[in-house]
Amino acid sequence: MKTYWWKILAIVLLAYTIIAGLLIDVPRLPILNETIRALFFHVTMWFGMLLMLIVAVYYGILHLRSGDLVHDDMSVEFTNTAILFGVVGISTGMIWAKFTWGDYWTNDPKLNASAIGLLMYFAYLVLRNSLTDVYQRARISAVYSIFAFAAFIPLIFILPRLTDSLHPGNGGNPGFNAYDMDSNLRTVFYPAIIGWTLLGTWISTIRVRYRRLERKLEDKLINQ
Amino acid sequence: MKKYIFILLLLISFTGTAQDKIDITAEDYQNSTVQMADGMRSEGKIYVLVTIIGIVLGGILVYVIQTDRRISGLEKKFND
Repeated sequence: MKTYWWKILAIVLLAYTIIAGLLIDVPRLPILNETIRALFFHVTMWFGMLLMLIVAVYYGILHLRSGDLVHDDMSVEFTNTAILFGVVGISTGMIWAKFTWGDYWTNDPKLNASAIGLLMYFAYLVLRNSLTDVYQRARISAVYSIFAFAAFIPLIFILPRLTDSLHPGNGGNPGFNAYDMDSNLRTVFYPAIIGWTLLGTWISTIRVRYRRLERKLEDKLINQ
Repeated sequence: MKKYIFILLLLISFTGTAQDKIDITAEDYQNSTVQMADGMRSEGKIYVLVTIIGIVLGGILVYVIQTDRRISGLEKKFND
C-alpha cells in the first residue's frame, strides 16, 4: 500500500462511468437505441485489454533483458487480466450484436479476428503451463507474448479496416474523427477507459504481489 | 515490380473508402421517432438500474480492496 491514489481514482472513475454512462443524454439513433451506452462498457474492455497487453509486453522485454523473474510476474499477471477483459469484451459484444445486428455471431472480420486473437492468448496460458522450469517458462512466454501482441494488433485494428465490417469506423481509416462518436459520448468514454484499465491494473498487481509472496515463502522453506 | 505493388496498394485503398460515415448531429439528440428508454426515465426507474449496477460494482470493489488488504497484511507479516 505504498501509493494508493490511483486506486481511489479507479473507484471514482468507475462510479462516474456507471452513473453518467447510464444517465447522460446520448444520440437517439435507430436500431442502436439505448444500447449505444454499451460503448462505455463493451468497447472500453478492448481498450483496457490492449493497454494491459502493452504493459505485459513491456515487462516481457524487461525480463528478456534482465532474466529476473520479478518482471515475469508482471508480464503474466497483466496478460491474465487482459485475457479476462477480452473474454468479457467478446461476451458483451455477442449480446450487443444479437440485439443490433440480429445474431450472436456474425461473420464480421473484426469478430473472427478478435476470436483468433483470444485463442492466441489462450495458447499462451497452455504454453506456460506445459513448461516446468520457471526460467525457461518465463523466457519462452515473454517471447511468445511479444509475438502474440505483434499479431494481435493487425488482427483487430488493421485487417478489419481493409474490408467492410459492421463495427463502426471499419472499412477506411477512422482514427478518432468526428464520426461515430460525438463529444458528449467522449466525456464518459475516455474516463471509462482509464477507470477500467486502472481496475485491471489493480487486480493484476494484487496477483503479482501474491505470486511474489508465494515465491519468497517457497525460497524460505527450501533454505531452512 | 514497384509498379505492381503500387497498383495493388491503390486497389486496397479504393476498397478502404467503401463505407460511408454518418456524422452525429444535434438533431440526433431530439429525434423522438427513435425509441429510447424514456418511459423508464420518466417513471424514475432508471435510477433503480443505476443503483443495481452500482451495487454490483461496489461489491466487486469491496472484494478487491479486501484482497488487497489481506495481501498487504501477509507481506507485512512475512517481512517481520
